[in-house]
Amino acid sequence: MKQSIYAWLDERLQFYKIKQVVDKKDVPVHKHTIWYYLGGMTLFLFIVQFVTGMLLLFYYKPSAEEAFESVQYIMNEVYFGWLIHNIHSWASNLLIAVVVLHMVSVFFLRAYRKPREVTWISGVILLFIALGFGFTGYLLPWNQLAYFATAVGTEMAGSVPFIGQWLLEFLRGGPDITGATLNRFFAIHVWILPALFIIFVVLHLYQVQAHGMSVPPQIEPNGSMKFYPDFLLRDAVGWLIAIGILAALAALFPWELGEKADPFAPAPPGIKPEWYFMFMFQALKVLPATIGPIAGDILGVVVFGIGAILLVLIPFLDKRAEHGQPNPTLKWIGIVVIIFIIAMTIWGELD
Amino acid sequence: MNRRKFTDWLLRLASIPVAASILYPIIRYFQPPEVAEGTATTVEAATVDELAVDEYKIFRFGTRPGILIRISEDEYRAFAATCTHLDCIVQYRDDKRMIWCACHNGLFDLSGRNVSGPPPRPLEEYQINVVGETVYVSRT
Ligand code: HEM
Ligand code: FES
Repeated sequence: MKQSIYAWLDERLQFYKIKQVVDKKDVPVHKHTIWYYLGGMTLFLFIVQFVTGMLLLFYYKPSAEEAFESVQYIMNEVYFGWLIHNIHSWASNLLIAVVVLHMVSVFFLRAYRKPREVTWISGVILLFIALGFGFTGYLLPWNQLAYFATAVGTEMAGSVPFIGQWLLEFLRGGPDITGATLNRFFAIHVWILPALFIIFVVLHLYQVQAHGMSVPPQIEPNGSMKFYPDFLLRDAVGWLIAIGILAALAALFPWELGEKADPFAPAPPGIKPEWYFMFMFQALKVLPATIGPIAGDILGVVVFGIGAILLVLIPFLDKRAEHGQPNPTLKWIGIVVIIFIIAMTIWGELD
Repeated sequence: MNRRKFTDWLLRLASIPVAASILYPIIRYFQPPEVAEGTATTVEAATVDELAVDEYKIFRFGTRPGILIRISEDEYRAFAATCTHLDCIVQYRDDKRMIWCACHNGLFDLSGRNVSGPPPRPLEEYQINVVGETVYVSRT
């Protein structure tokens, strides 16, 4: 019976084609193989976000009047609401940390070199999508901290040359942060970004599959392992550990909701964005009002914008990687940028 | 140019208005319609017994917040409360006798001038009229 159901399905769905692909796929083994697990871990955390996010949608109410109370309700009344809410918050933070690590490891192993440019570019877009999830999600509970952090963040978007004003009103749904902003962020968070994410993750994984795993220049692999079952099982162990860590964090360190946003109350001290935006927030805080002829915040936004474009273009800036030659300049630029970001983040958190 | 090439070219050209007529409404849709700004140029911001000397409140001026400070027994000052840096709402610090923005430590003096921190411009100042027990704030 089981046999014949399988045969019936196989004839139609043609599993053997997938099997052929999977059987052929293997992963090179060398001293840097461990980094190959980070992409899969990111993907897993995204799945956690999709599942918990869908659950939150059953009770969350996207309006300025009700959002805060609905989140309170989820946290205090709904069975296991606290768990779902806290896992969603914690996983979003871990996810950003893991994507960034994934990117940093790919950067230093120079896996972006030809023919993996599209893998890298789709990866950077996925990073921006992940940051977009974080930025829009932060406002959804409609609390005081997020309200003003979002005022600051969207006003920064307003400093973008030429399209700034349009962008600001696009994000806020008007000149100020109101219930209209919340509606927009909600639509972006639960529908637009997930759709974009799926498109780019398919492209990303298709590229990874098409090219196989990259072996860093000057590394001789000592053999390889089968993707299925050897690599995937190790992945799965990591994911199980991740579930454990998430549950523990959710239970031991719940996220504070704070006070409900009030558009007619002064900003309380301690306004801050999520930690992964802190370096930009801090940079804007310490930049003077004007630097020479330009406004400080415009300069800051332009510099970060150029940084983002350079990040996308890395595969084309490092032509030496293609020929397996070292590129110490790029490596050191990378190290300096990372130190700068870490230093600004710590400074901002302590400030 | 033969007929086939010509129709080919025509079809490609036609895709531009087609794309534009789909995209334009979408882009416009994202832009919220103008909200009629509260046309009121004067609001009742507070009553006289509401604020003691050195106290302040945030009041609504149309859709925007304003800040009203009682700086002495019979002197008030009022400004737009939206920080000129990145839009946080400012507050009055009686320890410094200054207007302070918590977001990035911006300071304004009691004339609304940006004196330290990142704010690039002074706060817009409003006129005060105390009539009987009511403090009216107006802008020109
Ligand atoms: C945000 C979600 C992301 C997901 C879900 C994801 C997922 C994955 C997965 C499953 C792999 C294969 C296993 C591995 O090498 O770890 C991979 C590889 C790769 N990813 Fe990502 N990734 C994401 C973001 C990024 C970012 C931000 C970058 C860099 C800008 C990036 C660049 C790459 C590259 C170049 C590879 C190929 C590595 C190699 O062949 O050695 N990815 N990704
Ligand atoms: S928003 Fe007021 S100092 Fe930055």
